[in-house]
Amino acid sequence: MEKINKIQSSGVPLPIEHVDTDQIIPARFLKSTSKEGFGENLFRDWRYNGSNANPDFVLNDSKYSGNILVAGHNFGCGSSREHAAWAIHDYGFRAVVSSEFADIFKGNAMNNGLLPIEVSSAFLQELTEAIITNPSTSISISLEDQTIAFDDKDYQFDIDGFKKKCLLEGKVEFDYLIDMRDTIKEYEQNRTF
Amino acid sequence: MKKTLFDKLWDMHVVKTFDNGPSVFYIDRHYIHEVTSPQAFKGLEDKGLEVFRPNQIIATADHNVPTLNQELPIKDPLSATQVSMLTDNCNKHGIKYYPLGSEYQGIVHVIGPELGFTLPGMTIVCGDSHTSTHGAFGCIAFGIGTSQVEQVLASQCLLLSKPKRMRIKVDGKLKQGVLSKDVILHIIAKLGTGGATGYFVEYAGTTFEAMSMEERMTVCNMSIEMGARGGLIAPDQTTFDYIASTLYGPKGAELEDKVKHWSSLKTDSDAVFDKEIHIEAATIEPMITYGTNPGMGINIFDQIPSDSQDNELAKSLNYMGLKPGESLLGKSVDYVFIGSCTNSRIEDLRIAAEYVKGKQKAADVTCWIVPGSKLVEKQAIAEGLDKIFQEAGIKMRQPGCSACLAMNDDKIPEGKLCISTSNRNFEGRQGQGARTILASPLTAIAAAVHGKIWTADAAIERNQSKIESQSR
Repeated sequence: MEKINKIQSSGVPLPIEHVDTDQIIPARFLKSTSKEGFGENLFRDWRYNGSNANPDFVLNDSKYSGNILVAGHNFGCGSSREHAAWAIHDYGFRAVVSSEFADIFKGNAMNNGLLPIEVSSAFLQELTEAIITNPSTSISISLEDQTIAFDDKDYQFDIDGFKKKCLLEGKVEFDYLIDMRDTIKEYEQNRTF
Repeated sequence: MKKTLFDKLWDMHVVKTFDNGPSVFYIDRHYIHEVTSPQAFKGLEDKGLEVFRPNQIIATADHNVPTLNQELPIKDPLSATQVSMLTDNCNKHGIKYYPLGSEYQGIVHVIGPELGFTLPGMTIVCGDSHTSTHGAFGCIAFGIGTSQVEQVLASQCLLLSKPKRMRIKVDGKLKQGVLSKDVILHIIAKLGTGGATGYFVEYAGTTFEAMSMEERMTVCNMSIEMGARGGLIAPDQTTFDYIASTLYGPKGAELEDKVKHWSSLKTDSDAVFDKEIHIEAATIEPMITYGTNPGMGINIFDQIPSDSQDNELAKSLNYMGLKPGESLLGKSVDYVFIGSCTNSRIEDLRIAAEYVKGKQKAADVTCWIVPGSKLVEKQAIAEGLDKIFQEAGIKMRQPGCSACLAMNDDKIPEGKLCISTSNRNFEGRQGQGARTILASPLTAIAAAVHGKIWTADAAIERNQSKIESQSR
């Protein structure tokens, strides 16, 4: 997994609450057996009317660009499909900002080098409005310092310490578990129930 | 310190906790299906690793399978590839697999419990958010992503931080015509679609205690729809009796021995939860959803909320083709779907059959009744339910996830309104542009007969005056 620490970019606003993973990547695109290529169908049914790009959807609005998605409350609810995190990452985003993430999505994102940044509702609203007013608003993220800043505003976000370490070092949980297999065998042998 | 049931199960399954970090958490049972496992097996193979505990894994094909003519090859080549890849992976790694054609195939969350692979006190995962279903047996059961599927394949463990605990108590007797699906839709409407994010829920109280295992599974199944990591119910005699009837569950002395342990799996009387909710069963009416997430539900006699400031509501209603303040009673429906891991068990089919017996499906409604497994299908046929459906003009289909998620042939066409016993009414969930109303099997079958959203007879009697005033 690629390391993440500092991200500086403009942002793409998607101020919709409760965006579920069926919107992020509809089920009919889950038939692939690889992890690649999901970006082209990211938000497929909001992004396209049939085969034509929907000009009203933010990913088709040339005003907005950058690798930070600024979303609404409870982002990523619903299905556990990791394909949602793959799609957002494959499209080019490296961070998603929201006032709340659904638990499974948050875990999936971090397992794929996509940084979910949880901020207050007030900060999220200010950030969203700033981007809409000035699409070139520069957003600075430091995972090390756990800060996100734009204009003269900044916010200190919480993140699980272990996950932070994984993201900073580009390490995956898998490697820790593999190293634990002897301890796990011991646990199995000592179980009394 | 007094502990909740969740705490007790959690502590039993912690292999080790890192300082200021997550716990290595042991998984007893791993269910897999064709959609979220191929990349996990590939990852394992790329690293040259074996499956750590193949005997603790159960596999089936459910999301992609057709529900008619299952003896024929799967038509969609991509679906066929996913299914054949699951077959290969199971063969290669020695994993117990119930493929299409097996007498025990079905939806993963239906076959696990009914075959006796889900047992009280277990930790259970699957690359599927409705794994919360298995919490009905007093399990810590939850959905995971594919990276985590790979972790469990390789180590039988996950790295987890402990969630907060919530208890939802419902007490008293449910009104006639109010089913467990209505109970959970009521709870989700009260909490909202993200209302339990960060929590693991325990359902407690006399209402859940009085429920069958099928009813409890319906409740726990939808825990994820309010954002909960999972939901569980303490095991009791109802649980033990159900397990005794399963094919592969423990029997005789082994069962007696296990029941002794399982009987201790309860929340201590003064254990503290991070959040508590209390609901009186008598306040719950049959529920339906009007919007595009499962939290947007009302009782069937109420009107859709009207709040002109609410952009989410406006967006949802625009998608659904509904108006603020509108009543859904009397609204014509195009499709009725009775099935999915929420409501495809034998009791659900019995409820539908009992209502539809001697009646006819409305001519302009397409109705799909899809048993959750081959065993459910077999039981339904043995009880003559398929004949009752047939006489009413409804063909019972073959087991699979079917119209719950538009991954197989069973899709609702664009713009059509479907009343569905499944678990999600998200935009496009049942097909591009399809509109979904979630309801109980009783409300769904009543719609199939009347051709419109209507209540089952008992409920109509109870609320006659209310309905009359609304449909005027």
